[in-house]
Amino acid sequence: MTLHTASWIPWLPALAAVLCGLCCIYRPLRILAAPICILSILAAFVITCCTYSNIVDTDPHATAHVVKLFTWISVAGFSADMAYYLDPLTMIMLIVVTGVGTLVAIYAAGYMAGDRGYARFFAAVSLFIFAMTTLVMADNLLLLYLGWEGVGLCSYLLIGFYYQKPSAVAAAKKAFIVNRIGDLGFALGIMLTYQQFGTIQYAPLFEILNTQSPSTASTAVQVIPFLLMLGAFGKSAQLPLYVWLPDAMEGPTPVSALIHAATMVTAGVYMIARLFPLFELSPYALPTVACVGAATALFAGTIALCQYDIKRIYAYSTISQLGYMFLGLGVLSTTGAMFHLFTHAFFKALLFLTAGSVMHSLAGQLDLRHMSGMRRKMPVTCWLMFAGCLALAGFPFTAGFYSKDTILADTLAKGLNEHNRLYILLAVVGLVTAFLTAFYTFRLWFRVFMGPTKYDMGDEHAHAHAAQEAHPPGHSDITVEHHHDAHEVNWLMNAPLVVLATGALLAGYLAHNWLPELVLNSSATPAHLGAQHAAEHQTTLFGIDLHLAMMIISSGIAVLGIATAAYYHWLNRPAADRVAAQWPSLVRILANKYYVDEFNNRVIVEPLRLLGYLCFVFDRLVIDGIVNLVGFIPSLFGLAIRPTQRGNLQGYGLGMATGTAVLVLIVLVAYA
Amino acid sequence: MPQPIDPLTLAHFQMTAAILFVMGVIGFLTRRNLIIMFLCTEMMFQGIALSLLAFSRFHLNHTGQTFVIFLLSIAAAEAALALALVVLLFRRKRTLDAQAWTQLSG
Repeated sequence: MTLHTASWIPWLPALAAVLCGLCCIYRPLRILAAPICILSILAAFVITCCTYSNIVDTDPHATAHVVKLFTWISVAGFSADMAYYLDPLTMIMLIVVTGVGTLVAIYAAGYMAGDRGYARFFAAVSLFIFAMTTLVMADNLLLLYLGWEGVGLCSYLLIGFYYQKPSAVAAAKKAFIVNRIGDLGFALGIMLTYQQFGTIQYAPLFEILNTQSPSTASTAVQVIPFLLMLGAFGKSAQLPLYVWLPDAMEGPTPVSALIHAATMVTAGVYMIARLFPLFELSPYALPTVACVGAATALFAGTIALCQYDIKRIYAYSTISQLGYMFLGLGVLSTTGAMFHLFTHAFFKALLFLTAGSVMHSLAGQLDLRHMSGMRRKMPVTCWLMFAGCLALAGFPFTAGFYSKDTILADTLAKGLNEHNRLYILLAVVGLVTAFLTAFYTFRLWFRVFMGPTKYDMGDEHAHAHAAQEAHPPGHSDITVEHHHDAHEVNWLMNAPLVVLATGALLAGYLAHNWLPELVLNSSATPAHLGAQHAAEHQTTLFGIDLHLAMMIISSGIAVLGIATAAYYHWLNRPAADRVAAQWPSLVRILANKYYVDEFNNRVIVEPLRLLGYLCFVFDRLVIDGIVNLVGFIPSLFGLAIRPTQRGNLQGYGLGMATGTAVLVLIVLVAYA
Repeated sequence: MPQPIDPLTLAHFQMTAAILFVMGVIGFLTRRNLIIMFLCTEMMFQGIALSLLAFSRFHLNHTGQTFVIFLLSIAAAEAALALALVVLLFRRKRTLDAQAWTQLSG
């Protein structure tokens, strides 16, 4: 298979999006939407796997391949091609996007069945895959930006999928607006890159960057990473732009799994990894990334402790894990960051989808306090989620264990090698977060699946309504009641989860040699990694090799976190309430997410709204006043003349007579 | 060759014509019955016709008389039309009051 086939990867889902769109219009075809979407993404995955060998196996140290489709924009010396940049980093992302995408689409075919927006959903998902693959395959920054905005649009469409719900609409707008703040920085960064380097194509850009070093780079060049970083923080939900992601859980659960956990939110990590040479030109850029990442990881991890909404716990967990990835990037461990991105895609998609199964089964119930002991009702889901939780918690030899350790060990190694207390602190923050992660993950699992079986059904759900519509009114009551009882989901939904669970358990072990090598053969290689790598292996902690030491420490932390969760949320649940009662204010702050939304509301939203109101008043009084005054003058004339046209025959006669008399008088006076 | 009629002068005829015309105007402006108003306009017509005839007679020019012949024939046609309209208007509202039709002003 030639490399040119790779250009089909984005366009097959694009075609599927158009076809699904047609299915929306012609309703009898709507059942075809899911197969079209699944097949297109599956085809993209197959093509990815076939081209993989062309790119990676033939020559492991080859530079990237560029496949050009056509010239997209060409204006006065500036040109951007519709061209694809294929290197190992792109291949990793493509495997994640199309692989997880296929599994999620299969799951969604079952999950969304009977929903009124069935075809619309798959059209948006196909469009998302098109945008996301364009993003990761882009050959220049402008095409990257096109994909970047495309995924933002699809995210908006899918968060607001249940557009009858005001909260979903508000969440969609919030996501779009918060992303806009980040994207402004990103756009400025791209423009500044073009202004400074005269090109936005990767290959020429990297060549120029190779000749520069932090000491020779101008101030303007050193500003670029900070602007790009803003875009990455917006898209990947880092402090302070993370606020949209928890609300984005208003969308259908497969969307939360695909877009808001596995793929789109990792676009920021990918972008920084891709443009790593640019970030290395500023001595402050990467430490900033590391600090923001670690701070976000801890911050979101603490919030997740006191949430009760299953999907929101996973949303905060996603933010926290993305924080780890940024920490990895910031300490020059691009391998660790990409590795964690890869494994995280598996286990977080799995966790969201299993949460979706629980929600599906309980008619929309998401509150931890209203479910318990579900393992008897949903045994398969129970153990699938258990696999995902193990991976997220970093239990030894699961996927999350390997990738998280790489990041933490690299952070600690950098701190020890450079005798920099900052990085040691960041590593400690990472370890604390690892404990929190293990704890809140298993708090959820023990609460949902263990203990006495007791649950309340959710009150409203699209499926319930759809089921009512789908069945004829005569025997609908019995059928719907049957649907309403908690039940194990069907195998159309569970089969993709089994694949994901396998990945969540084994991907770390299988990829821990293969994936870092791929990353190091791409543009994401830190320029002075060679020296650091050598030094790192000499670093020891308590007389053991650092990586091994870190593995032992973090396994211990993971087991400790799981054990604590088991005690408080399975074996002795009243104890958890007693602990919570001891620190009521802390619990209140965490349950209210540090009041960040309230703070933003008070400091940003309300002043803006006030400004808008002032503008509205000014518009009403001053601008409308002037316009209305101008319009009022002609009507005044009308007011004066109107009595002459009253339809009174005698009036007209009098007017004529008077007029004639006046004319006669004038003539008389003039000739007298 | 016609002779001037003694002792009547042009002023007498003009005065009569003016009185006829002004009576027509006053009648038109003061009365609200459509038929009376129509008759008043006829009276104004006659005033004008009389003044034209007088000028024609005293200036010994036949154009004025010719013009009056035309005027009368047109007035006859107009009278037929106007009375027909008045009948129609009456049928619509069962009244001859001109005030009943003020909303025709639009």
